[in-house]
This record gives sequence, C-alpha cells and structure tokens, in this order.
Amino acid sequence: MANNKTVLIKIKRQANPQSKSYWEEFALSWKPGMNVISSLMDIAANPVTRDGKPTAPITYDSNCLEEVCGSCAMLINGKARMACSALIDKLEQPIRLGPLSKFPVVRDLSVDRSVLFENLKSVKAWVPIDGSYDLGSGPRLTPEDQEAAYPLSRCISCCCCMEACPQFNESTGFVGAATISQVRLFNTHPTGKALKRERLAALMGDGGIQECGYAQNCVEVCPKDIPLTRSIAEVGGEVMKQAIGELFRR
Amino acid sequence: MASNPKIIVIGGGLAGLAAVIKIAEMGGQVDLFSIVPVKRSHSVCAQGGINAAKNLKGEGDSTWQHFDDTIYGGDFLANQPPVKAMCEAAPGIIDLLDRMGVPFNRTPEGLLDFRRFGGTLYNRTAFAGATTGQQLLYALDEQVRRYESEGKVKKYEGWEFLSAVLDDRRVCRGICAMDLRTMEVRTIPADAVIICTGGIGAIFGKSTNSVVCTGSAQSALYQQGCYYANGEFIQVHPTSIPGEDKLRLMSESARGEGGRVWVPKTPGDKRDPKSIPQNERWYFLEEWYPKYGNLVPRDVATRAIHKVVYEHGLGIDGKPMVYLDLTHIDRKVLDRKLEGILEIYEKFVGDDPRDTPMKIFPGMHYTMGGLWVDFKQATNIAGIFAAGECEYQYHGANRLGANSLVSCIYGGFVAGPESVRYARNASATAANGCFEAERKRQEDINAALMKADGNENPFLLWRELGELMTKDCTVIRYNKNLQATDVKLVELLERYRRVNLSDRTQWANTTVVFTRQLYNMLQLARVIAQGACMRDESRGAHYKPDFPDRDDRNWLKTTKATFAPDADEPRFELEPVDVSLIQPRPRKY
Repeated sequence: MANNKTVLIKIKRQANPQSKSYWEEFALSWKPGMNVISSLMDIAANPVTRDGKPTAPITYDSNCLEEVCGSCAMLINGKARMACSALIDKLEQPIRLGPLSKFPVVRDLSVDRSVLFENLKSVKAWVPIDGSYDLGSGPRLTPEDQEAAYPLSRCISCCCCMEACPQFNESTGFVGAATISQVRLFNTHPTGKALKRERLAALMGDGGIQECGYAQNCVEVCPKDIPLTRSIAEVGGEVMKQAIGELFRR
Repeated sequence: MASNPKIIVIGGGLAGLAAVIKIAEMGGQVDLFSIVPVKRSHSVCAQGGINAAKNLKGEGDSTWQHFDDTIYGGDFLANQPPVKAMCEAAPGIIDLLDRMGVPFNRTPEGLLDFRRFGGTLYNRTAFAGATTGQQLLYALDEQVRRYESEGKVKKYEGWEFLSAVLDDRRVCRGICAMDLRTMEVRTIPADAVIICTGGIGAIFGKSTNSVVCTGSAQSALYQQGCYYANGEFIQVHPTSIPGEDKLRLMSESARGEGGRVWVPKTPGDKRDPKSIPQNERWYFLEEWYPKYGNLVPRDVATRAIHKVVYEHGLGIDGKPMVYLDLTHIDRKVLDRKLEGILEIYEKFVGDDPRDTPMKIFPGMHYTMGGLWVDFKQATNIAGIFAAGECEYQYHGANRLGANSLVSCIYGGFVAGPESVRYARNASATAANGCFEAERKRQEDINAALMKADGNENPFLLWRELGELMTKDCTVIRYNKNLQATDVKLVELLERYRRVNLSDRTQWANTTVVFTRQLYNMLQLARVIAQGACMRDESRGAHYKPDFPDRDDRNWLKTTKATFAPDADEPRFELEPVDVSLIQPRPRKY
C-alpha cells in the first residue's frame, strides 16, 4: 500500500545509569498495524533522527510481543503500559516514549525491575511442595476456586502497578500491588497457605501493606485487569487480624 | 569427582527450570544463565495446554495411545523409546504441576479438566485457561526462586551464552558468556552444562517465537562440533495473526473447543462474514478430513490452508487469510476456556472474536530439529546436555499440539539428573588454559565487530534472511529454490563481513549482541536449507511436491549436520531411526 504518512516519535534517551537523559525525535513511514515495538525495530533498521543525524538504535526490553512476558513496560505518552500492545494508530502524536520512572534506568527505555523478584522471594511466593518426585495428584479444587485463583496467577510482573502507585517510592519502600496480590494467590491455595503467617508477617512494618494509600492507580493501569485493589483489601484485612492476634499473644 | 557438582543451565524456560529443580533436589549447585529474567522466557507464550493420557473422561485413553499418536503425528521420524518414556511420565508431570499450584481448569467435581487437541481423538490436554505455558512456567519459576533463596541456585539474568569451553580432549569444562549490560566476556567453569535455549524463530524473521528465540546458542555449539539433527523440520502453525513485528499465535485450543475454519465459497466475497449463509461457506478441513475435521495435525492443516488460498484462490478478500470462527460458541464458555487468546486477538487486531470470525494465516512456529542428543539428553560433546525445543528428540517430522510443554519438562527432568550423574563420574583433569583461550576468541569477535566499518546494517540483513527462509524453506519446498536459498545465504554471510554497527558503546549495546546472533542464524539457516534440499521425500512438515510420498526405504533416517570448519559449511550424515516399538504405517488422517 503506497502512502506517505509519517509517524512522529520522541524518545527519552540515556546512555547509562550515570549519564543525563535527552530527547531524540524520529519520523517513520507509516505502515498498517504498527505498534511501538515495530517502530523501535524500524529505528534499529535505519537509526537516523528526524533531522537526519545518525544515532544508535534504542535499547529497550522486549521478548514475547504478545503481552504475556511482561518485558516491554515503558511510559507511552506518559502512561505506564506495554509497548507491544500499544498500537500506533491509537496514540496521539508525537508519541512520547520514556523509561519507567521509578526503576533505575539501564539504558534508554530499559530499566532494572529486579526489586519485584526480590519482593517475591521475601513473601515466599511459592507452594511449598515436598519434592518433585511422584506423590500423586494435587488437591481438589472447585471450578469457583480455580476461577478465583487464575486471574491472580496471570500477573506478568511488568511493574506497571508499581510505576503508577504514588506510594511506591524510595521514602516508603512500599512493596507494591503485584507482590501483595501474589500473597493472596498463595495464601488461598490449599497447600500454599501453609506459609500464610510468614507471608503476612513479611507484609507488616515499613514498606508493608499499610503504606497503600488507596489511590487505585494500580488496578487502572494493570494490563491484565487483575483485581489488585481487592487483593490489597483482602490481604490487608488478614495482616491486620494477624497483627492484632500477635498483640494479644504477647 | 564432586558429590555436589556444579551444573550450568543455559535458558530459564520450562526445560531449563525443570532441569534446575531436579539438580537442586539432588544436591547439585546450579548457575542458571538467561538473556531475560527467567520469568519472561518464551514458554509463557504456550497457550492451549499440556498433553497427558490421564483418561479422566472415560474414553479409554492410555499412555500407549498418546505414544502412538505422537509417533504417527511425527510421521515415524522420532526414535521411539524416549517418546514412549515421555508419554508414560506425562500423567505424573501433570500431577506435579497441579501440586505446585498451576490453576488448571476443573470439572464440576474438582478434578482436572481436559480438552481435545490436534492429531488425536481423545480429550488429553490439561489446560489453565488459554495461558497454560505462562502458568506452568510460573509454577517452575516459583520453585526455582525457592531454591534460589536457599542458596542452591544462582541466577545470571541478562547474560548471553557465547560458547562452550572445551579442553584439549574436547570435553566441556564450562561456558563463555557475556554480561548484556557491562558487555564483559567471562568464562564460568562447571562440571556439566545443559542447553535449554528454545526455538529458532528469528531465522525466519517473523514467527510466533519471542525475540530471544534466535537459535544462536545451538548454532554456536554446532559450530563447535555438536551434531544438529533434523534441522529441515520446521513447524508452520496453521493459525497465527500476521503482524508488523511478529506473527502472534492463535492457539489450536480455539479449534479444540469447537472453532471452525472456513472461507467464503465465492472468491473475493466482500460481505461481512456473519452475513454469509452456511451453504455459501466452505469448511474445507471438515470436508477433506471428516474423521479429525478441524483438528488434523498442524502440518496437514497448514498445507490445506495454503492450498485453499493459493490454488483455489479463496483467501478472504483475495488476501492470504482464512476465517477461524468461534462465534457459534457460548460466550461464557469462551471466556472460561479461551480468554487469554481472545484477549490477544482483541488487543492486537481490534475485533472481538466472540462476535466476529478471526482472520488467520499459517506462521512459522516451532523447530522439530535441534541439537542431537542421546536417550540421556547428552549431546555428542562430553559434558554438554540439551533439553526442550533446542534439541530434536521427541517430535519426529511434526509436533502435535500440547506435546511441547510435556517434552520440555520431561527433557529437563531427564537432563538434570543425567548431568549430575555424569559430573559425579567424570575425572578431574587440568584445564590447560582452555578458559583463557576461549575468552580471548570471543573478545576478539566483539572487538572486530566494534571496529567493522563496512556498509551493511545487521537489522536489514536479518530482514532479508527472514524473507528468504520464509519464502522457500517453510510450507512448500522445491529443490531448485532451496539451492538458490543456500547460494543466497552464502551471499548474506559474505555481506555480513562488511557489517557496520550503528552503536559502538560498551554498555547495554543490543546492536553488537544482535549482530553476533545474526552470524549464528546465518550458519544455522544453511543447515535447514541444505537439509531440506537433500531430503527427497515428503514427511510431516517437510513437503516437496516433486517428491510427494514418504520414502521409508531411503529416508527413515535422522539427518545429522556437522560443521566443517575448513569448508565453513555443514556436512551431513544419516542415522537410522529406532522404530523398535511401532511398525511404521502410512500416515492418513
């Protein structure tokens, strides 16, 4: 299809964690079905800015391009979302791309989100099975329980909920919605709940669940529509119950 | 040697994580290397389910039937004993995953639900919505995180495997890898190495694979002396959604739950598909294959769609597309069983498949071929094992849907313990400077690329490679075109020498990493093209109109490619297939 439409993209660039950021603008020829990732691929194939200056291809995180691996979260026109499912035709131009702002920049649009994986360790986000050898079938589960667990288990660790949360910052050290929702998932599993007390204990104190300010931004930006605020409310109640219980046991 | 050996696992998808769990459980120490955080590995993309003959639907299914379907579906090219062992292990694997907390769909009684998939008449596929791979990967990832927190596993995420470190006896002593942030090239010793690096989709440019699936690790090992087996067998999935950046998979489970493939009987029919009456639609799969209908194996469905589009000229609106229709199925059922994939279609195409038939077309999806391994998952280089899509063992000439997840986990469960056993029996010898030499070799490659000042852009070379391979090396193959493809590949390798990197910095430089991968893709592409050219028959996914029949007399053989360094190209040998359990019979669906 012949056309001469162009797509304007402004990208916030940063050479390394120490250096200063700056913006570069690109003009790409429009193609049907473009998304932010295919635009970044086009730039790599012809790394020249809008004013004709040769530059380096953009560094960004990506993998599956089907919104299930969680890699390509970035700020697109100011909003935290996945780049693969951001269709160019639905975005206002010039499209502004920047790295998530609450995670250390590695380079350009690539950031370090290892904090989430550390959080998952601290809340023991796993089912403590005896071993991987054959021990027969798992616990029975009603379809209702499966249907409640499945949406929570679809969290792709993209960290959009943390980026959008006003409480997620260095001064609070808040764990963020994704981790709390995983606590709910494992605490409701018939075997997983063996570690319930430890998980709830990990969410008490500084940076724990009480840092949540109920802004509800998390549930709005979640690309997987995970009921995050409901998870926070449920887990919050459990944490409170356990804290009070411990108070009386002292 | 060490009773608690150190094993390096490359790749953190299902196969890699499965191996890690077994090694940690046996008391081994694991260094786990991955380009991406392991939770973001390509296994998350698997949608429809995982096969195991648990026979929970009163159909009389058995592990033997699963074995027979797999061998028959693979057109008798797979060695049979390991496939039989996999099918026998599958029900136990499902139980284990269930215990790990995978939210499999349930029956009203609370048992695991199963659905039908291609190439079988039984409901044998366990599933978690339509994101089964994601759910399985997370379950294994969580167990590995547990071992990580206990200090049994050390993760190297954001590292690229470059090569194996081989000593003067050609025994593997460790690996050479690159930190993708600092660009540091480092060697890491290990008692054994397991390669779990997945697919090779990037060789075909656009595919259903993830960005990291370049086949670079497999190719590097092939160039170091590992056999690469059955490279010519490439699965093209019948139903994918064409896109600018990739081809997105539309799971076989859509048909497993009753989805129907059709085209309007009138060429170029411009009517809204919902308004086209039943008698003006051609459900060609159901007509041609009354027994299996829409659930014929993938190679069969893909060729049928090609035929309808290119020979009958009946692609939707004259374009290479056919309808995959779910609109006759209850919305609630669709949401409960297929939501994940319907959401993908909705987000990326903009139409709701509950209301409108989807437009789909075949897309490169999987490689049946891969690193040659023996029944213990060991490659021909001592100390190097392989599991998952990167090896060739379980799927013969065509993989059945929902068999990949089980083969990944099973392969990892064999490779893990076998690598520990190997390491415990290996005798210690001097390394004689092999680590230094390998690091220097890899650093020199980087330095040469950084200095290169030609005029070829690696990303554009890659696009050419992808178009070339997709055109002549996928669904329909002619020797003349395959020969031309190889000539073109040699040209691309020639042009590769004149590459020019648009990024020469020493921090998180994705261009230099990609350019290295591109070289390995080009070398492996030659194995695929030449292997396809050589095999004068049609078997499974490998189809040559000039040789339309399977030829067991000459070609019931595994193709083994070995890299001839002085010739800089593959040499081939053939190995008989172990058909000791099921006598080959004609494959007719």
